Amino acid sequence: MEILIDTILLVLLMITGFSIVRMRSLLAATMLTSIYSLLSASLFVVLDAVDVALTEAAIGAGISTILLLATIALTTDREKPPQRTPMLPLIVVIITGMALIYGTLDMPHFGNPQAPVHLHVAPAYLHDTPGEIGIPNVVTSVLASYRGYDTLGELAVIFTAGAGVLTLLGYRTRGGNSMDPGIRKLLILRVIGKLFFPLILLFALYVQFHGDYGPGGGFQAGVIFATGFILYALAFGLGNAQRLIPHQLLRIMVAFGMLLYIGVGIESMLLGGKFLEYNVLADDPVSGQHLGIILIELGVGITVASVMLMIYYVFRSRQPEGDL
Amino acid sequence: MLISDLPVLQVVIPLAAAPVCLLLRNPRHAWACALIASWLVLAIALMLVQRVHAVGTLSYAIGAWVAPWGIEYRIDMAGALMVLVVAIIGALVMPFARRSIEHEILEKCTGLFYTCYLLCLCGLLGMVVTGDAFNLFVFLEISSLSSYVLISLGSRRRALTAAYQYLIMGTIGATFILIGVGLLYMMTGTLNMVDLSQRLPEVANTRTIMAAFAFVTVGVSIKLALFPLHQWLPNAYTDAPSVVSAFIAATATKVGVYVLLRFFFTVFGMQFSFDAMHVGEILMLLAVAGILIASLVAVFQDNVKRMLAYSSVAQIGYIILGISMASAAGVSAGMIHLFNHAMIKGALFLAIGCIFLRLGSAELRDMHGLARHMPWTMAAFVAGGLSLIGIPLTSGFISKWYLASAALSGGYWPLVVLILASSLIGLIYMWRVVEVAYFHVPGTMMHKVREAPAVMLIPTWLLIGINLYVGMDASLITDITRQGAEILIGEALQ
Repeated sequence: MEILIDTILLVLLMITGFSIVRMRSLLAATMLTSIYSLLSASLFVVLDAVDVALTEAAIGAGISTILLLATIALTTDREKPPQRTPMLPLIVVIITGMALIYGTLDMPHFGNPQAPVHLHVAPAYLHDTPGEIGIPNVVTSVLASYRGYDTLGELAVIFTAGAGVLTLLGYRTRGGNSMDPGIRKLLILRVIGKLFFPLILLFALYVQFHGDYGPGGGFQAGVIFATGFILYALAFGLGNAQRLIPHQLLRIMVAFGMLLYIGVGIESMLLGGKFLEYNVLADDPVSGQHLGIILIELGVGITVASVMLMIYYVFRSRQPEGDL
Repeated sequence: MLISDLPVLQVVIPLAAAPVCLLLRNPRHAWACALIASWLVLAIALMLVQRVHAVGTLSYAIGAWVAPWGIEYRIDMAGALMVLVVAIIGALVMPFARRSIEHEILEKCTGLFYTCYLLCLCGLLGMVVTGDAFNLFVFLEISSLSSYVLISLGSRRRALTAAYQYLIMGTIGATFILIGVGLLYMMTGTLNMVDLSQRLPEVANTRTIMAAFAFVTVGVSIKLALFPLHQWLPNAYTDAPSVVSAFIAATATKVGVYVLLRFFFTVFGMQFSFDAMHVGEILMLLAVAGILIASLVAVFQDNVKRMLAYSSVAQIGYIILGISMASAAGVSAGMIHLFNHAMIKGALFLAIGCIFLRLGSAELRDMHGLARHMPWTMAAFVAGGLSLIGIPLTSGFISKWYLASAALSGGYWPLVVLILASSLIGLIYMWRVVEVAYFHVPGTMMHKVREAPAVMLIPTWLLIGINLYVGMDASLITDITRQGAEILIGEALQ
């Protein structure tokens, strides 16, 4: 049964991939990438990697689709037909594909319990997490503590992206607090938006603070949180959304989340530990780990949410009044 | 916080300064913040070199999780040298940056410019000091993303295209590295570099590891602009703001070379990389082609920044040439040139930055008679140029001397001819600038041009000073590189 599901999902994935390449309408291509992400997320669920699945669904199918749509709204939704058929990229892609297939020939078989990944580092994570970190979700213990520094680095990547968009596009302030007239007529969107807005925020908080126990954490929660506000901005206008969270506040929050994460690391150094050694944060190591993980996940959530929302604000602020 | 925390502070200080910079509204304050952070980084780098010299390789377990379960920072002599290169350039371009950036970048972007600069600095340092293959990828992403932004801030609109081109190539490179690291993890179950090196020989004969090797090599080669994967580089260096050209030309590709060294020698091991995969022969061929072709192309450039960019591709060829000999002498020579070329190119691009401030152009045709009006700047440019060519008493001579002797002892005597020939080509393209600036009659616009301000001349001359110092007394640098190469290769030099 699982084989069947895998096969169907992979075939659909391939079809979607080829369609994206062939598609000239960028709007359709964007929707297809969203579907592509959703299919990958389903595959991750089948593989029991629910944390990855949640991330892929929230980021790949969710926020990046919105950002791509916002880009299309600023530019155009038709791809220019290429002048000539580019041969070099095709050759590169074929060689890369062949190298990848060549590489798979000696891989350990799928699901083999004797594969190296199941024998070396991973068993220690599974074995030691209850005693050392004391939380049920081992994925979170790896991401937030054992390899917490990578997570800080990834947060810095998000931060860089936000700073980059702000640098390149800049935020344009505009007077008045007009609601987009095109949207005002869409009664259904406004009613649904109003209904969903609190639910999405509540769900974001749940994903944020339940990361220790189930799939979730700061990255996913931050994205979901931002999506809620973007929906609000769509239904009730950018001006109203900015009355809730002004652009200036976002800029502070982007920096604050990063500083919170780094601050936890520096605090643990000041208390005599290593950078990001949460053990020293409380009287007993396990409570210290709990405290550390909650704080850094909060930092991740704040920065991710505010970067995503900031990018959306910047895109929308460049759009002529009235367009969607 | 103790001395033992220095390896991580090295990276965390610029990382923490970046969000602080974002919060500061006044561009002057943002500049001051970046300046202080970059000087602290230099102070720490000097302490690290001294400490590695005293006690040997440093290891720092982040979060107190020992490797391979946690992420390890690991600094040996080769790493310490790289940290020093990045830190010196990072600290010297900052005092230079204020005037130059005020001139070249819109005021509302300056605060963000320093934020991105700090992120780039942090990413490059993180790539050097990490002992973890995945952590390396994460910091590579930080440095790459921020350098795309920095390049795109160039004053001409073409900077956007250049940055976009670099973004596409850079992303392909990063993806290849990620695929390679993923395959390595699949076959060994670990990401720590030392642990990888111990577990790889067991599975070295599998096609998966060979594919991993190929992906990592090609990916890193794109990042370090190895010929013929260098196409992104000339546009990026030409169109970026002057400070960014100087900083990225002197550091980013060098860190790429260092990453390649780490993978070839530490992770895969010399036997696998050079004997089984024959990467030495391939690299030597590409290096020779790169040195000759890029030098020749540089002769025909009318934009001095573009000329220097092509010269960079050739110079990277020298560094790779040294490494491709797979001997301690060769690797050591490659590392000497890595250091020297970083200082030379940093100085030359800063000198061009001074010229750009006064002329608003880096085109050769606008520089007629420039030397009369900007004597100090042009003198710095000439001194850097002499070093680039490899005249005795400059650091470039030391590089070429060691490269040539490594080639001779390896039995590659045609390479010595190549090194001499390409130096002559270097002489030709540097002479074109000298001729125009010193021997042509100044244009009518020229009488308004004044010498660059001292805050910009001093950093330029400090880099020239390092060049001349190394040219006269190279023992310090050769000592460091010999130790670095010994650790990498694990054999003693005569």
